[in-house]
Amino acid sequence: MIAHALFFYFFSIIAVISAIMVTASKNTVHSVFFLILDFISISCLFIMIGAEFLGMIMLIVYVGAVAVLFLFVVMMLNVAQQKNQWFLSKSSSSHIPIGLIISAIIFFELIIVVGGWKYKPDLVNPINLSLTNEISNTHSLGQVLYTDYIHIFQISGMILLIAMIGAIVLTFRQREGVKKQSYLKQISRERSEGVDVIDVPSNKGIKIDD
Amino acid sequence: MIEIGLGHYLTLGAVIFSIGVIGIFLNRKNIIVILMSIELILLAVNINLVSFSIYLGDLSGQVFTLFILTVAAAEAAIGLAIIVVYYRNSGTIRVEDIDNLKG
Repeated sequence: MIAHALFFYFFSIIAVISAIMVTASKNTVHSVFFLILDFISISCLFIMIGAEFLGMIMLIVYVGAVAVLFLFVVMMLNVAQQKNQWFLSKSSSSHIPIGLIISAIIFFELIIVVGGWKYKPDLVNPINLSLTNEISNTHSLGQVLYTDYIHIFQISGMILLIAMIGAIVLTFRQREGVKKQSYLKQISRERSEGVDVIDVPSNKGIKIDD
Repeated sequence: MIEIGLGHYLTLGAVIFSIGVIGIFLNRKNIIVILMSIELILLAVNINLVSFSIYLGDLSGQVFTLFILTVAAAEAAIGLAIIVVYYRNSGTIRVEDIDNLKG
């Protein structure tokens, strides 16, 4: 139990500090690095409390794909060195107190919800899909994901497909003067356009260039 | 303090959620940091779902975490594509300079 507490505090303190650094660091590249650290520590927490599959998937999807995508875009747009100007610019000074107040209110509301849960634990009684220790977490997730949640699973696949198409359509741009293959032209070529059979008289030769 | 329960995980989720909201409000740099704050908020939601799923012994929370992960990845891809297009057209992604809607 003490080991659990130690691991929890270790990873959660790292996660909170790196989440603060994501919003506060001056360099955008550093923000992305702290975001990666945040994801890694949270996925360690997930693995620790028994959701191994989700922890691994978070490592793969967030750290391997999303964070690298962020890093790629930050470096491509060359905005890493823009200085953080929270308290310097005049238009931002009116946002800061309101933002802090709203965030504090949200935080305390969430804490109140947690407290209410603590004092009334029988508010919800879980019915279905019980976790058992006989099969692994990945196994049990796979058992429900492809049976009970198959439609949602396929819809999420559609969402990913649409996101991919949307990203390509948004960033695609037609460039002038670039030579390209035209598949339609290639496959609709007939023999009569390409090949000409010419009767060559012997000992005379023929001019084919004109 | 030593006994780690559901409340600890939910508090961690609340803290990270609030940091994400603060990041959206206080951001004066560029939109990419706002997108990262949205990722933080989704991460906090995932923490809540997973901890409830573990402590209630109900697997559906983890299944929905998986779908939130999918949607977060799609959102990041689309958002970054929009940012790239905006940067290409206007040359800046500073939050202060994006005021076409007079907000």
